[in-house]
Amino acid sequence: MSYSNRVQNIYQEQLQAIQEKGIFKLERYIHSSQAADIDVEYPSGSSLKKVINMCSNNYLGLSSHPEVLKAAHEGLDHRGYGMSSVRFICGTQDIHNELEHKVTEFLGTEDTILFPSCMDANTGVFEAILDEEDVMISDRLVHASIIDGIRLCSAQHDTFKHSNMEHLEKKLQLHADKRFKVVITDGVFSMDGDTAKLDEMVDLCEKYDAMLFVDESHASGFIGKTGRGTHEKYGVLGKIDIITTTFGKALGGASGGCVSGRKELVEICRQKARPYLFSNTIAPVVVSGVLKVLDILSQSTERRDKLEKNTEYWRQGLTDAGFVLRPGDTPIVPVMLFNAKLSQDISRDLYDEGIYAIGFFFPVVPNGQARIRTQISAGHEIHHLDKALDAFRKVGKKYDILGKTKQEIIAQFGL
Amino acid sequence: MEDMKKIVLDYVIEEYLEDEDEEITFDTPLISGGIVDSFSMVSLKRFLENKYDIAIPDEKATPEAFDSVDKIVVLVQEFLKD
Repeated sequence: MSYSNRVQNIYQEQLQAIQEKGIFKLERYIHSSQAADIDVEYPSGSSLKKVINMCSNNYLGLSSHPEVLKAAHEGLDHRGYGMSSVRFICGTQDIHNELEHKVTEFLGTEDTILFPSCMDANTGVFEAILDEEDVMISDRLVHASIIDGIRLCSAQHDTFKHSNMEHLEKKLQLHADKRFKVVITDGVFSMDGDTAKLDEMVDLCEKYDAMLFVDESHASGFIGKTGRGTHEKYGVLGKIDIITTTFGKALGGASGGCVSGRKELVEICRQKARPYLFSNTIAPVVVSGVLKVLDILSQSTERRDKLEKNTEYWRQGLTDAGFVLRPGDTPIVPVMLFNAKLSQDISRDLYDEGIYAIGFFFPVVPNGQARIRTQISAGHEIHHLDKALDAFRKVGKKYDILGKTKQEIIAQFGL
Repeated sequence: MEDMKKIVLDYVIEEYLEDEDEEITFDTPLISGGIVDSFSMVSLKRFLENKYDIAIPDEKATPEAFDSVDKIVVLVQEFLKD
């Protein structure tokens, strides 16, 4: 037997170590569609509990929208369940082509290529377009999928301090001799909810002849006045060379992602990007759903406007209650607790109060910056937010952290 | 040796510290302490190689070997002898 006791013991020890570190991940079983109100089985085997979901990426509340469901059903009926193929053999339908055109139009780019996920887009794009003569210069807080993509690419890489334009400029000067320079950032940073200063980054990239890459996964559909993304917010539509984004968050929440940008770069991905060449096409039912999502968003900004109002209400409520928040204006609102155990204790107590929000701590966020990351949705109504604020106030009072500064919370609980 | 420690410490402060109030010393854990993430370690390696005209093989440039200024200086000394 190849899976010997020795092998088994090593894996068991690894799992034990993860548990001892307190970072063992347990799934919570949701017995309903994704929405503001969900029925959760947690821990496994316990009876269902109705809770308010404060931690989903369903920013626009479209994951279970009736028009999206109807379009998905029609896609299923007319284009089938699966394609049993990668794109370039026999996995491209007319609707895949249509979606690529619609995404291009929505993002204000030149061309788009679909990937099975944005994780795949990020892991495939750098290796396809760069080689040893080039350099990738990334913000230190970019998403893990970008880090994996950078690791798979033979180009050199370097990093700059988070959103620090002076440091980025120094790195651009340092790497002036490279053939291509690509500056890499998230549009909205997933753990802090702040936005990249894309106007300044475009200026720097123009000054130093560098390309700009932006992952818009936590922005597409709702950041900017018409929801096009962070590039719209900063007035640089059409000036981003490579955008990656997902359909697994605001844009319907099912799956799929893309690389969108300069037409030559997109075409190179079509010829060379391994996750595109060696992974299945996006299922027709998902493509049909995303097409409807883009229709909805192109007709009205009502949902992103509601999300903006909800976010202001939530942020103001938490601030008035006396919590320490990360500054920002996106629907990602991190409640800073600094101490890892405190973040877990508060998450557990909130769940008891009917509020589903997850604590994050090192290594997911930097050491000493533990937090509860709350995420607001257009699917939330004011009564959801009021109930959640009541719960946060009650639990915050229990731990005596309301009105306390960062230093006072650290003095009370340690790091 | 003391000069090298100071040079490396200054570089780490300039390159990695986000908070001006943050203080680090020669034995502060850099990687296990979350000050330098292993992915961003590459600029430190490049700095040491350029500054001291050495080549540190990837298998030697481990998070453990880069975990404090003291340890980094020991590593650099090893290659300076070669």
